[in-house]
Amino acid sequence: MNAFILMTVMTAFRILGRNRLRAGLTMLGIIIGVGAVIALVSIGHGARAAVRAQVASMGTNVIIVLPGATTVGGVRGGQGGAVTLTVSDGLELKKKIPLLSETAWAKRDVMQILYGNRNWNGPVNGISPGYLTIRDWSYMSGGPITQADMDSAARVALIGQTVVENLFETGEDPVGATIRLKNVPFRVIGVLAPKGQSAQGSDQDDIIFIPFSTAERKVFGTLFLGSVGALFASTDRPEDLPEAVEAIRQVLRARHRLQPEQGDDFTIRTQVDIGKVQEGTSQTLTIMMFAVASISLLVGGIGIMNILLVSVTERTREIGVRMAVGAKRRHILIQFLIEAMTLSLVGGVVGIGLGILGARVTTAVAGWPTIISPESILAAFLFSLAIGLFFGLYPANKAARLNPIEALRYE
Amino acid sequence: MAEGPNQSIDHQPSAVRQAHRPELGRGAVSHQPFSDPARAPLIVCKDLSKIYRLGDVEVPALRGVNLEIQRGEFVAVMGPSGSGKSTLMNILGCLDTPTTGSYWLDGREVGREGQDELAEIRNRRIGFVFQNFNLIPRTSALENAQLPLFYRGMPLRNQRAGAAAALARVGLSGREDHYPTQLSGGQQQRVAIARALVSSPSILLADEPTGNLDTESSRGIMEVLQRLNQEDGLTIILVTHETDIAAYASREILMTDGQIVRDRWRVSAHSARASGGVVKP
Repeated sequence: MNAFILMTVMTAFRILGRNRLRAGLTMLGIIIGVGAVIALVSIGHGARAAVRAQVASMGTNVIIVLPGATTVGGVRGGQGGAVTLTVSDGLELKKKIPLLSETAWAKRDVMQILYGNRNWNGPVNGISPGYLTIRDWSYMSGGPITQADMDSAARVALIGQTVVENLFETGEDPVGATIRLKNVPFRVIGVLAPKGQSAQGSDQDDIIFIPFSTAERKVFGTLFLGSVGALFASTDRPEDLPEAVEAIRQVLRARHRLQPEQGDDFTIRTQVDIGKVQEGTSQTLTIMMFAVASISLLVGGIGIMNILLVSVTERTREIGVRMAVGAKRRHILIQFLIEAMTLSLVGGVVGIGLGILGARVTTAVAGWPTIISPESILAAFLFSLAIGLFFGLYPANKAARLNPIEALRYE
Repeated sequence: MAEGPNQSIDHQPSAVRQAHRPELGRGAVSHQPFSDPARAPLIVCKDLSKIYRLGDVEVPALRGVNLEIQRGEFVAVMGPSGSGKSTLMNILGCLDTPTTGSYWLDGREVGREGQDELAEIRNRRIGFVFQNFNLIPRTSALENAQLPLFYRGMPLRNQRAGAAAALARVGLSGREDHYPTQLSGGQQQRVAIARALVSSPSILLADEPTGNLDTESSRGIMEVLQRLNQEDGLTIILVTHETDIAAYASREILMTDGQIVRDRWRVSAHSARASGGVVKP
């Protein structure tokens, strides 16, 4: 049987080689289909990985609580417009909800930053020390803002990569330098590692962190002492997020003395919510592209079936001879199945190559990230094999059912 | 009456000489097969009939054919077209099964076997030679000759060795790698004979093997067949229209309307044509 399979495969390749143009045209459908699947899946994978990386750059298992909207005489102030969240809300969350591994608060303002004779306009965030842990920031050089900095309202700052690029000469070490915010001198104690774009597309590296207390008292000039721009919290495990969110809602509603019929005066968002929307979009796209590619593969399969039916007719006499010298029906069946699978497999392999090339070109030309996964190559390979098997079955069966006497007489 | 054939048989090669008994021609098979398989006839057909159905019409192609063929015989089957000789050949070649009646090949009843068993029998016991050669196109002589061994599942090396030996037997050594289009008609038919020989069959069925060949090539092919019959004792059944081709055979069967109407032995093949055959009653 092994010699049989080997020789049948060799014969199949020879027949393929004999009719190169015909075989090529027959395989075109499979080539295009498989190529499209490989390229599109790799683009989809790349896009999703990029989204995931962006979402992950927010930190892990992050919960963000934003102040609610104000309504003054029917004019609504928009999200974050009201000053409903305070430092004591944050402290309360920390105390009441053990599920939260970390809580923090922050407040931001955009202002001019001066260093020497250069200036830059960027967002300045006053943060409590836990913020850096929650957001997973790490340092290129220097160290974090500590609780001691908080307590003493120290004039220290951490600066992001974009700020470094705009204020400092290349090669200059910002750590230890003195920058000025609203004429208040701050000593740079650390440079943050770059994070790149956020899921919303903003530059996360264009940032300066100073202690919350310093910001409140010496820089921002706050109307209500203790009001915060947002509360941040995190849990150890992602599956704890929904429970933590609900706990935060209860604590805050109680503290804000909201009646049951009243809505929340704050908004809680998690990283998962943000990621879901974006991943959903790319997934929909992938599914649609899959559908298109499947149609192409179907058409390719029908092409193979068609050409095989032609081949069975052309080679009727040969089939008769093979039967006369002792080929059993299954020998004929296997021979044509192998020919079908050879066609679809060669098409599949060419398609895989073309798909990889297409993904590379996409990355090179459009700059989209692409990831070619071994799984998709394996799947494409097996799928093209299955197409050959499925669409080869009918012609092969037709060949195997020929009556040897009639087949021998066929003109 | 019984004297006639006995006399003529005396001049025949030994394999055939022992084979024949006069009762054969009467259409009855006298001895019960087959207490001694070595002495039993190679082919025994009893009351073979084949009826084709064309819509509602039944067309009888064979009507009660009785036939015995011994090992080593060289039989020519003649008859007008539509006489049933092709149908008989198809049944003898295990390509078809009879509607009624029985067919024993080498002591085994094969008329009722299934498709796969028939394929197996064709593979091991029967060699076919066709009028239009029926070589597989764009496939070398060697690979064409290999085909029966290929379906026997033999290791590739043995297939090649067997096919090369068979090609040598028909005088085609050195042409192993030639494609059918590179060979003359006579050579192509020799490849076909090699393909039939490669499986060491019990019978070689040749259906108008010279029908597409010129006189010169025809003679070459017939000489090959005759040599295989006389030197190797190969049983050959040959269908032909031409009497000078039939003259190579040692026995001649004439069919008309699905029945055997004449069955006679020749004194000796071809060279002794002039002395004539013996017509059986």
